[in-house]
Amino acid sequence: MSELVQLGHKPLDPRTAPSFPKAARALVGDTQMRKNVRHATNVIQGKRAKVVQEMPDWQQLREAGRRLREHTMANLDVYLERFEKNFTAAGGTVHWAKDAEEARRIVIGLVKASGSDEVIKIKSMTTEEIQLNKALEGAGIRPYETDLAELIIQLGHDQPSHIVVPALHKNRQQIREIFKREMNLPNLGDTPQDLADAARLFLREKFLKVKTGVSGANFLIAETGGVCVVESEGNGRMCLTLPETLITVAGIDKVVPRLQDLEVLLQVLPRSATGERMNPYNSIWTGVDPYGNDGPKAFHVVLMDNARTAVLADGEGRQTLNCIRCGACQNACPVYKQTGGHAYGSVYAGPIGAILTPQLMEMEHAQTLPYASSLCGACYEVCPVKINIPEVLVHLRSRVVEDAGLTAESVAMKAMAMVFRSEKRFRAAQRLGRLAEGPLVRKDGNGDGWIGWMPGLLGGWTQVRDLQSMPKETFRDWWEARGR
Amino acid sequence: MRVALFITCYNDTLFPETGKAVVRVLERLGHTVEFPAGQTCCGQMHYNTGYQAEAMPLLERFVAQFRGAEAVVVPSSSCVAMMRDHYPMMAEHLKDEKLKAEVAELLPKVFEFSEFLTKRLGLEDVGAFYPHRVTYHASCHGLRNLGLGDGPLRLLKAVRGIDLVELERVEECCGFGGTFAVKNAEVSSAMLADKTRAVLNTRAEACTACDNSCLMHIQGSLHRQRTGVHTVHLAEILASDGGAA
Repeated sequence: MSELVQLGHKPLDPRTAPSFPKAARALVGDTQMRKNVRHATNVIQGKRAKVVQEMPDWQQLREAGRRLREHTMANLDVYLERFEKNFTAAGGTVHWAKDAEEARRIVIGLVKASGSDEVIKIKSMTTEEIQLNKALEGAGIRPYETDLAELIIQLGHDQPSHIVVPALHKNRQQIREIFKREMNLPNLGDTPQDLADAARLFLREKFLKVKTGVSGANFLIAETGGVCVVESEGNGRMCLTLPETLITVAGIDKVVPRLQDLEVLLQVLPRSATGERMNPYNSIWTGVDPYGNDGPKAFHVVLMDNARTAVLADGEGRQTLNCIRCGACQNACPVYKQTGGHAYGSVYAGPIGAILTPQLMEMEHAQTLPYASSLCGACYEVCPVKINIPEVLVHLRSRVVEDAGLTAESVAMKAMAMVFRSEKRFRAAQRLGRLAEGPLVRKDGNGDGWIGWMPGLLGGWTQVRDLQSMPKETFRDWWEARGR
Repeated sequence: MRVALFITCYNDTLFPETGKAVVRVLERLGHTVEFPAGQTCCGQMHYNTGYQAEAMPLLERFVAQFRGAEAVVVPSSSCVAMMRDHYPMMAEHLKDEKLKAEVAELLPKVFEFSEFLTKRLGLEDVGAFYPHRVTYHASCHGLRNLGLGDGPLRLLKAVRGIDLVELERVEECCGFGGTFAVKNAEVSSAMLADKTRAVLNTRAEACTACDNSCLMHIQGSLHRQRTGVHTVHLAEILASDGGAA
């Protein structure tokens, strides 16, 4: 159990995380977590299916989304500069950060300049990616997460396990325990109303008191310089409107060319993410109020690269950047359903994490993630911008193999490839296989031969499965004998 | 019609009965089956595990063996998905114009077995008799990459005597995924446990599919747990005529 606890409580950092198989092995033993994840993902999947089925033009919308994102990535420099120009014209200030370290430094500097030692935060996976909260605390600044799920994570000293529903691995009773303990509410009930009331009381005080806000962004609109944030609770809008200083941290991949592009994206995103036709709160925040009556007086956007241009440089991997962070691939993934998000050792879990994390790490860490998939294709099927995740996974596997050089696996794979290049060698290998398996085969009650134990890596198979012994005659033996 | 059979490496080695069943069905329908002797493997395992370069000669070998065929039938949905999804791009990578043209010419003639019956021949009833309770597992590559839809189910529904029962969460992967099953054995096992439970919940005698790789996986668990439920490739059900032949 100690390993399980540690996995969820250490910051998710791909540079120090255990390999996927190792983390997963520990997590599949946590039956309560798996039950929570399966239940939550099944519910969201069902809601999504319902609101997608009602759209006669869903496939055209997906195609439009794909083309829109592809076009943006192909002209990213143009749209980023256009965003900078228009956001600046609207009274905001743009900061460029080449990596996580620089982004953290900029944010800390801006918070200090605002004169505050506290910030209220809107749910933002980008700030999770750069472990901003830890850095803020290190600089003497207290961050308060205001999204209900992120609040649960923060109060529970936990880590997000899903990009849209970060606390999806916890059930209501577990959340109640966290609130009881951390908010000092010994008599708290466990109805959704009780929990929402407790969170509301806790957060309202912060909204009114804290003068500096930090947010992420769903989209940055180049044409207008607007920052678009969509959410379900309204807490995000509190963070956008109440503080005097607003600091938005966004990856450079978040830009879209025009306001009207949201016509496509704000249809596919909520339906894919939460199974809603529309997000309850859609905010577009463009600079500051020139009369100073409403909203923040100072508005900063930190545009962060953090290896995104390296992803863009890889022709086959770059479609990863088209992601609009809906989490539909996580809900659909049969692997994610078994392990939950922490196994992926990154705030980006599930299929999108399996392709995004290794690339953001420039393939130096997280090399087991491209193999954390059975290539079943459920992710590609639901992706609202048609990212061919299995194709990228296979591409990244080839990069892993290339980097690994000579291994026992590569020798075996090359030997097998040589066998398959000749019919004679293939037949010899088939005969050899029958001889080699001999000592492992046992007869079952029906007199059929089965293998119940295999050595080495193949032992993974026989942990829970038998393997039928090879038949005496191959198909081609039979075919030849038949022809004679 | 002259139908060339691509048996696939693992069916040839481990599941010859499936190949025999394909031959039986096609001959019963009046077609001539050919078996190009130099065939081996489509390259899927190498390609999907990250050894793309090793898969290239296998593409060339497949084209050399099957060029000029009227139709190529393959009793494995994942091998057909490998060819359809990756061969054009692989030929592109090799920068071999002749090969590219040959792949483009050959691929539309390559069919997964059930697909050949329903889409190419337009058949549903192939004259089978199989008086057993059966559930159908929609293999991921057949379901998503090939878009087999309800084709295999229509073939099964036309089988006389069959008691076909729906599998819950039929679209969910069984957890095989080639080398995934050994590289991530614990997660694969957890996925398989869910699939096995779904199969047992149907109270079927047999679980069928268009892909022996999924079936080998499911069968491995059904046998280990001594459930008495077995797996059988769709072709073997369709070839069955109650012992009349």
